[in-house]
Amino acid sequence: MDLVRSLLQRRPKSSAIAKERLQLVLVHDRGFSPQLLETLKSEIIAVISKYVEIDAEHMDVKITRSDRQDRLVADIPVRRYPLR
Amino acid sequence: MAQVITITSGKGGVGKTTTTANLSTALAMLGQRVVAIDVDIGLRNLDIVMGLENRIVYDLVDVVEGRCRLRQAMIKDKRLPDLYLIPAAQTRDKTAVSPADMIEVCRQLRTEFDFVLIDSPAGIEQGFKNAVAGADAVLIVTTPEVAAVRDADRIIGLVEAEEKGEPRLILNRLNASLVRKGEMLSVDDVREILAIPIIGIVPEDVHILTSTNRGVPVVLENRSPAGQAFLQIARRLLGEEVPLVVPEEPSLWERIASWVGRRGDGARE
Repeated sequence: MDLVRSLLQRRPKSSAIAKERLQLVLVHDRGFSPQLLETLKSEIIAVISKYVEIDAEHMDVKITRSDRQDRLVADIPVRRYPLR
Repeated sequence: MAQVITITSGKGGVGKTTTTANLSTALAMLGQRVVAIDVDIGLRNLDIVMGLENRIVYDLVDVVEGRCRLRQAMIKDKRLPDLYLIPAAQTRDKTAVSPADMIEVCRQLRTEFDFVLIDSPAGIEQGFKNAVAGADAVLIVTTPEVAAVRDADRIIGLVEAEEKGEPRLILNRLNASLVRKGEMLSVDDVREILAIPIIGIVPEDVHILTSTNRGVPVVLENRSPAGQAFLQIARRLLGEEVPLVVPEEPSLWERIASWVGRRGDGARE
């Protein structure tokens, strides 16, 4: 079965792998390491949790780029607002 | 007043010197007064690629250190009347020239030429800084390979920090058939990753090797696809609107014609 599956499954083209690897390494090269992102993430959680209850497990913080403009994008699900 | 344009890349071996030789020659073919300067002190090569290696008497370091006048270090091209080369020194290193020296050399050349093209060494240290110091604009050469694209990204950041305006990209050695098979980064992939304007796409072309062997820039061979691409880049530098063409695989007939043509070359010699 595994053999059939591996024959049917097409290997991803090397250019697609090259592109993905480059996009990842360039964020790092530009001085933004994965460790830094993790630190930033935990501090964002700490700050926002003071005001609302968030779903930290499903939050998504990443660097995106278009036209040489880097953007820090944070998608943070809110679980509950504090009752006043 | 000349435009001073630096050709650089970060990674070595992607075609900076070939690009400088061909753009200089192409601009001279289009009637421009051109001087090419090799700033790769200690590893000079623009002279041999242009076929002028036997004519060197003085070099860039001799000029900077006052052993000769600028005119004396300028080697006149064999074929084109308004093309000159200022070679790098072979016995020194990049510390023999400073960014201030380069600004001064460029200042002196500006009044006499239409274009000053500077061939930068690989790397991001002083050689690179010397090469961009006097420049009005920067062209970055890369190939569709991960290491070259990564280094190009680094260089783009450094050029932006030098405030030389937005650099433009030359994508060299594109192999259309590998791109079609998905085994080489495409023009769009590279454009998306580096996000700077592309001024030219140069196809991989065996004529580069054979013409460099002879010391004749490939733009002088009209059959060469790479030569055509360099000529188009030169026209764009002159401000002409030349549409960017993504190279395609040669058709069967073109392959036959090129094979017959190459046989013909052999027969003439």
